[in-house]
Amino acid sequence: MEYLQFIIIILFSPFIQGVIKKFKANMQGRVGPGVFQPYYDLIRLFQKDMVISRVSSWVFKATPYIVFASTAAAAMIVPVITTSSRLGMMGDVITLIYLFALGRFFMALAGLDTGTAFGGEGSSREMTVAILVEPMMMLSIFTAAISARSTNIGRIAEMHNILYSPSHILALSAFMMVIIAETGRIPVDNPDTHLELTMIHEGMILEYSGRYLALMEWAHYMKQMLLFTLAFDIFFPLGISTSTEISNLAVSSAVYLFKVCFMAVLMAVIESSRAKMRFFQLPSLLGGAFVLAVLSLLTYIMMGG
Amino acid sequence: MESYFYTGILFFLLGAVISLIPFQRAKNYIYILSAIGAVTLIISGLYLSSGTQIHIPSIPISSFLEFAFQGDALSGFFVTVISILALPVSIYSIGYTKNIGNKGLMGFLYNLFILSMYAVILSGNIITFLISWETMSVVSYFLVTFDRDKQSAKDGLIYAVMTHIGTAFIIALFLILYKNTGHMDFSGIKASIITLPPDIRSIIFIFSVIGFGTKAGIIPLHTWLPKAHPAAPSNVSALMSGVMIKTGIYGFVRISMDIMGNGPDWWGITIIVIGAVSSILGVLYALMEHDMKRLLAYHSVENIGIILLGIGASMLFRSNGLYTLSAIALIAGLYHTLNHAIFKGLLFLGAGSVIHATHTKNMEDLGGLIKSMPYTGITFLIGSVSICALPPFNGFVSEWLTYQSLILGFQSSSITSKIVLPLGGAALALTGALAAACFVKVFGISFLGAPRSHHAEHTREAPLSMIIGMAILAVLCLVFGVVPDAVISMLSSSVFQLTGTYGLLRGNWFLHINETVATLSPVSILITVVAVFISSVIFILVVSGRRKTTYSDSWDCGMPSLTSRMQYTATAFTKPIRMIFKRIYLPRREIRVSYIVKPFFVKSIKYSGEITPFFEQYIYEPLTILIHKFAGKVRLLQSGSLHLYLGYILVTLILLLIFGK
Repeated sequence: MEYLQFIIIILFSPFIQGVIKKFKANMQGRVGPGVFQPYYDLIRLFQKDMVISRVSSWVFKATPYIVFASTAAAAMIVPVITTSSRLGMMGDVITLIYLFALGRFFMALAGLDTGTAFGGEGSSREMTVAILVEPMMMLSIFTAAISARSTNIGRIAEMHNILYSPSHILALSAFMMVIIAETGRIPVDNPDTHLELTMIHEGMILEYSGRYLALMEWAHYMKQMLLFTLAFDIFFPLGISTSTEISNLAVSSAVYLFKVCFMAVLMAVIESSRAKMRFFQLPSLLGGAFVLAVLSLLTYIMMGG
Repeated sequence: MESYFYTGILFFLLGAVISLIPFQRAKNYIYILSAIGAVTLIISGLYLSSGTQIHIPSIPISSFLEFAFQGDALSGFFVTVISILALPVSIYSIGYTKNIGNKGLMGFLYNLFILSMYAVILSGNIITFLISWETMSVVSYFLVTFDRDKQSAKDGLIYAVMTHIGTAFIIALFLILYKNTGHMDFSGIKASIITLPPDIRSIIFIFSVIGFGTKAGIIPLHTWLPKAHPAAPSNVSALMSGVMIKTGIYGFVRISMDIMGNGPDWWGITIIVIGAVSSILGVLYALMEHDMKRLLAYHSVENIGIILLGIGASMLFRSNGLYTLSAIALIAGLYHTLNHAIFKGLLFLGAGSVIHATHTKNMEDLGGLIKSMPYTGITFLIGSVSICALPPFNGFVSEWLTYQSLILGFQSSSITSKIVLPLGGAALALTGALAAACFVKVFGISFLGAPRSHHAEHTREAPLSMIIGMAILAVLCLVFGVVPDAVISMLSSSVFQLTGTYGLLRGNWFLHINETVATLSPVSILITVVAVFISSVIFILVVSGRRKTTYSDSWDCGMPSLTSRMQYTATAFTKPIRMIFKRIYLPRREIRVSYIVKPFFVKSIKYSGEITPFFEQYIYEPLTILIHKFAGKVRLLQSGSLHLYLGYILVTLILLLIFGK
């Protein structure tokens, strides 16, 4: 039972990617691949041979496992359908952010390990985006943590007492920017491109193939689902079960499915209606979101929190 | 327990004495003696830090002057920190100093340097403290200039000047303390500090920030640090960055927290602001460095900032009467002090063995070292992951505690601290992300990819003793990250001494903070990561079976001429950061093109770019010019003419006769 949520994240994360892709295709007037396409992709990749660069070292080979493992460890911490889980004792929301950072650190190293300009470019850009995103993520979570008087994610979800206050809305909008940037979506990054000049995430993993690529992609899907779930836990915890009774879990699963679909539509809308920004315009976009996060904190304190 | 202590000191003294014997064979054993000394001092430091008192008889010089030593829990903790680093560094030095010129002098200074740090930490009165402090500064000056080249002489001079500015403030603050309390010994001063008016206490606080801050390397008093630390031999750099700058932290905590007791809110806020500024600017400047050791030195500035965030929060909570929170914040600060000693020591040793093997500090000439130096590579990687505060290594635990204590600001009653503390947290998050970028650069450019120059091509792994030294520290990075309880129980007596509570509840394997319902169990994170790692390896074996793996060239866009010069460089890697923070860096660049036939046939293009060292250029340079001008004016008095000097004496005499009565 304890590990159910962890398994949900691992098994359903490719599905969410498929749903987003489907919505996006519909919005752009295409039929698009089916929602299960990411699963087929993963299976296919797992069964392919690999080509590895001669220049690379063991860091390149260890990275897919480290990225997958750190994301999986993060999945242990985040409550998906119930806040009643002893695994939440393992760490809190700060731990979660740093587990993501661990994966990113190794991914960026792997980008440099193959000795190509693309990999280096991807790593450099990814770390730059992280510099802009991480303080913003921390601050918007601080607001939630301070108002819930806790950094434990389950606890924050149970308290949900900053709902619909001005600081809540500000923190939420900053956090949405975090999700877009962290999942490598338009306008920050383009997940579908392999054009050298624009790619960030894809640049880093360009040299990966076969099962390593499958692990990297899967970890990326998991991270995306985790970020969505984190947003629900912190900003829309309504409906999440606080116990492990089957009836409660059924309700909360249904609500969760609805929320995820809503989020997928939202992502598709944002991606279809915006163009990718130039890399050096990102600081003004993300800097603006950072200001929102600061404002959210200040509003919360000024309003007597 | 005293016997451990004396044995340890004796071994270091022995090491120093043997170094002076003109007998080459004996000199190979110097560092073995230091290592044994360090082991016994770890034991006595642990005893001390658990609250056991230690009595060291004082040595009277005259009725006024005596050398007095005292040891309490706080000193015990710092003794432990110094010894834990001194042990692996001594082992490392066995191999590292093999080909160094003037081994004897090195061994002598090395042992004396460590002894002087112990003396600073264990000083019981003002005079002892100042003499030990000065000894430490002078000995480290000789170590900085050990290589005897022009550059290290210049860097050494800057170090000497800056450190004495700091010492001047420390002397001033001790004089104020002595004048107002009438005591020379720290316990006497502490007992009668309560009678001091608040203004005087604030002056003492400011002086201690400047005096000890210079040694610790806070911004803007940091300028000596990135010059002096890299100039020294790497084993000494490890000690300087790892523990010597911590004596500044010790002095500050001793004076401003232990002796002075509670202060007003703004003390804590000042320290938090200094901490935030030092950590962000420290890491920003580190990003632009391509000299490995200078880069690490800037990271020391950053980490001192992180330590000060914890200590500042602790002071702020204590002056608000929130003692439990103060204890948590203090644990965070001191925990990070220990952690920084370990991973920074490790990184400097790693840099040392890279330089030992390649004879270059410039990262742009390195690359691919992980293949020829696998052990240095993996220990350096562990150090990098630890300093970036990534789980499950030690840096993460102390930064996690720092975050917790900054978030806990909501319990404070004053609006200012409610705002300042979480913003400190945001500064810490920014610092963390910048540090991660910086170490991706350091490790990725120097150890991964293909060799960028002949320096990096035919390298050999460091000798065994150096690897053992680094391996010990790498293991400690993991141990202190996974078993936080060990460190916190080591800290508890000092924390109790300073705040009156123990702070956080803890189980055997996890941290628990009641106030935020926050728990952290690094060991289960480690187990999870390892378990998923192994099971995904097995999963892949099952799902994909034995598939073929081909080794081939990297993707070269179909032009088969990829060379190592086409790789991303350190400069290129940090370019976006240089663009984003251009208001801070004030970058300049110059492109010179020479033509054969203008404008079509280019002969050569020269590119040079640099950032403006803001503090050096806009604060220190004008100040130096001002001092030189003033000195020029004073020089008029010193004409060198004997008659004029006799005239001075005459005038002084007459003036004294007139006004003397």
